[in-house]
Amino acid sequence: MWQALSEELKDRGFTVITVALDKSADDARPWIEAARPTHPTLIDTRHVLADLYNVVNVPTIFWIDERGRIVRPNDVAFGADTFKHITGLESARHLGALRAWVSGERPALTAEDVRRHQPLPREADQQARAEFGLGQWLWAQGRTEAAERHFVRGGELAPHDFTIRRGTMPMRGIDPMGPQFREMVQAWAGAGQPYYRPLPDTAGKQ
Amino acid sequence: MSTFTLIDAEQAVEVQARVAGGRVLLEPGSLKDTLGWEFHDGQLCSDAMCIPIAEASALIRDGGIELDAFARALDRPLAVDVEERAACLGASARERAQALASQHAPDFTLPDLAGRSHSLSEHRGKKVLLVAWASW
Repeated sequence: MWQALSEELKDRGFTVITVALDKSADDARPWIEAARPTHPTLIDTRHVLADLYNVVNVPTIFWIDERGRIVRPNDVAFGADTFKHITGLESARHLGALRAWVSGERPALTAEDVRRHQPLPREADQQARAEFGLGQWLWAQGRTEAAERHFVRGGELAPHDFTIRRGTMPMRGIDPMGPQFREMVQAWAGAGQPYYRPLPDTAGKQ
Repeated sequence: MSTFTLIDAEQAVEVQARVAGGRVLLEPGSLKDTLGWEFHDGQLCSDAMCIPIAEASALIRDGGIELDAFARALDRPLAVDVEERAACLGASARERAQALASQHAPDFTLPDLAGRSHSLSEHRGKKVLLVAWASW
């Protein structure tokens, strides 16, 4: 999804790094191989990135500048419009802003805006991630019934964290695109909560 | 006394422990050998730091280090499964929030499909679009 952009901007001091929050490399492999990427495409079965960056859903994107500073935190963006009919999010707004930042035409967010938009994890979020960590380890050991308890507990502690609530479905024998997923999103939306939380300047019309 | 699995920073280690009345009591020598923490003179110490313990009686029970109290002393979340004899020490919300509030992108090292490790810090000097995605 991001390979075209990566190729377009690679000579401008820019790289894409993708990180798959999947239960195994094999789950992500077909997508990665089809994209024939020239940038790093990494696998994160233990949700290291989610823990460090407070990622609660996918896709979540970050812009990081030359000095290693976050200049656009936890935004939602797609590299193409494949899922636009479902998500209501078009790729063009973010791609335009990204091109302008990489080429130096427009700055990224100010430090003040980054601070304002940066979601910080609470204790319950980190407790949920510990439950995920235990569940994921138990699952990898083949102790799936025990794993289930901790995946469920994690989702209860952090109901907004879909890397846990949806991301564990493939380990629990639940179709992550199926009726249980749709029911979960409907209940969430019914409670007035958005499934995707793009930053205001890339949100477009939803 | 038998082994108990502690997952710390995504690494699983085997610690000697016993379970008594629903409490997990870690064998102090084993905790020092595996995670590097030791209780002495009213402090819980690793190579990097010492944490003063106000109530040693909550941490030390029957000669063991109580796992819940240990995690609390470290200000870290703990997920426990006594039946499975396993627990996961998570990352402190305070530590994670401070790191993100500093606006420094936390470094990480993860494998690609071929198993080769990559770190964010290898790309210092470039602009990076970091994308978390999944097949689900």
